[in-house]
Amino acid sequence: MIITAPRLTVRRLSCERDDRMLFRDLSFSAGDGEIWQITGANGAGKTTLLRILVGLHGFYDGEVLWHQPLAPSLLYLGHQPGVREELSARENLRYSQALCGQGGDPDAALEAVGLYGFEDVPAGRLSAGQKRRIALARLWLDHKPVWVLDEPFTAIDQDGVARLDARLREAAAAGTLVLYTSHHQVGENARRLHLGAAGARP
Amino acid sequence: MSGVWGAALRRELTLIWRAPADMVQPLFFFVVVVSLFPLGLSPKPALLALVAPGAIWVAALLAVMLSLDGLFRRDQESGALDQMLTSPVVSVVPVAAKLLAHWLLTGLPLALMAPLLGYMMQLPVAVLDTLMISVLLGTPTLTVVGAIGAALTVGLNRGGILLAVLVLPLYIPVLVFGAGVVRTAQDGLPTDGLLAVLGAILALALSLGPVAVALGLRISAGD
Amino acid sequence: MWKTIKRWYHQLGSPVYFYRFSSAVLPWLLPISVVLLGVGLAWGLAWAPVERYQGDSYRIIYIHVPASSGALMGYIAMGVAGLVALVWRMKMAEVMLKALAPFGAVLAAVSLVTGALWGKPTWGTYWQWDARMTSMLILLFLYLGIIALQSAIRDPRQAARAASLLAMVGVINVVIVKYSVEWLQTLHQGSTLKVVGESSIDAAMKWPLLISMLGLWLLYAANVLMRARTEVLNRERRAGWVRKLVSRPRGI
Repeated sequence: MIITAPRLTVRRLSCERDDRMLFRDLSFSAGDGEIWQITGANGAGKTTLLRILVGLHGFYDGEVLWHQPLAPSLLYLGHQPGVREELSARENLRYSQALCGQGGDPDAALEAVGLYGFEDVPAGRLSAGQKRRIALARLWLDHKPVWVLDEPFTAIDQDGVARLDARLREAAAAGTLVLYTSHHQVGENARRLHLGAAGARP
Repeated sequence: MSGVWGAALRRELTLIWRAPADMVQPLFFFVVVVSLFPLGLSPKPALLALVAPGAIWVAALLAVMLSLDGLFRRDQESGALDQMLTSPVVSVVPVAAKLLAHWLLTGLPLALMAPLLGYMMQLPVAVLDTLMISVLLGTPTLTVVGAIGAALTVGLNRGGILLAVLVLPLYIPVLVFGAGVVRTAQDGLPTDGLLAVLGAILALALSLGPVAVALGLRISAGD
Repeated sequence: MWKTIKRWYHQLGSPVYFYRFSSAVLPWLLPISVVLLGVGLAWGLAWAPVERYQGDSYRIIYIHVPASSGALMGYIAMGVAGLVALVWRMKMAEVMLKALAPFGAVLAAVSLVTGALWGKPTWGTYWQWDARMTSMLILLFLYLGIIALQSAIRDPRQAARAASLLAMVGVINVVIVKYSVEWLQTLHQGSTLKVVGESSIDAAMKWPLLISMLGLWLLYAANVLMRARTEVLNRERRAGWVRKLVSRPRGI
């Protein structure tokens, strides 16, 4: 295995919210091609950690260092899928593509997540799981080197979980750094970062 | 960048178009509020003509403010706002597209409706064009300035009252000059200078406003 | 020169340094401000000469003018603190902004009340939409907006940053409001009575005014420092220096 320079370095990261220490002195380095599973009980700060990493949350102590510019390389799926109900699946996806400069065929991506035939249906008429799939379709578009996914496996049926699992491994094998929160473990080699009451242990 | 601008503008217009209540209700509100004045004060033409500029402007101001309460709410709740803030695009671009779309579908209809309401409020026909131009020049400022307040309150489930407390004091210059232009025209005095002042305020709002709105959204996201 | 300024900036930006600095300054600042304010007010209210046209009623300027100037300066200071907080992400600027708001709002209210009391004998009414009174009323609204926004946001740092942006927009607004209400007066000529000449103030009246003004400003500064100290302790309560401070039997 080739050791490359890390893409992300986190040093002594601490975050406090509503008078509660979410995590303290968290340090780790993550490189291309790695899969990082972030676990922890509800309220342990998983979502906040991801928001800090992608630059949405700015109130923390410590250091978060991306060694290459983050914005153009990032594919971030937050806790909410970011799908507007008034727009159809295709319109939602096309807009994300324009916003994030991500090429690729939206119809093929929607088919890959099992939304064939639903491309023109307003997202408001789809189920919660289908709405999440619209957001997940971005994983089947053109390559982005960093994936940060907040609970990508929730509200998805068994078949969808298997496909997503395979997709994450495929992407990591192609060099993508994947950071995600979930209790679902992807592959044998995924690294785990557990956020517990006593602080985090990588 | 121009691709993003076009895509963002089309998205915002589509969003409002598919939920037409957002567009129609401010206009309806505008008409209803102005209609209350003759009923509450007196239908005497001389009195109505006297209060008309202020009444129409206050109603327009409230209509714009109330319509802004939901400007970012659904984007925030659905997570689309976070997508925008983490994208490589400078967030001023989609924000400006949103403001433009909002003004086109709420502020502009208000301006077009204003002369009719002015006529009903017994304003002389000769000043109706001045009324429309003043609303046309003033409402974009109201949209941009109000959007700063909307951005700062987007995550708070406080409804419109907090927004009103923040934004209405900021609307006062537009109200003073907007209604003042119409009254000046009623007195038969030249209005060019005052319209230029409204234009200058608009230029200031357009140059600094979208940046402030984008910053406000970042702050509300937690940065 | 530049280096000195930079060092100052960094020192004041550090909560520990600020706490020590304010501990050293407050024991002097507070008594001095109270004494100055007392002297200025006593002199102005009891010993300054009677005004030719207004008689004794003019004496309210010894409260009204310091309060008005304090309220305006406080808001401008909030705008500056907001700029520093947003551009350089300086935590102490956030603290200062929060500390400036309550006393400033009180001063704006005091200015309005004293203005109304002064208005009764001079204008014959407690309230008139005179340019200065209107501006002060709007300034009070702006203060209340800042306080409302801060209290609506739970996270103190987020609240401070939101208030920073609002304060900056507010400062620009204050300037435009000032011109707009002055213009509004010209539209309704003759509605205001210009009884008070500004520059024709006698030296015997001016000195007590300057002293009470300085006293009130220093009192404002002392209030801001005290509020800021509480806020700093609250924010830094997990930091080592605060724990040490609290565990010591006596405070600094």
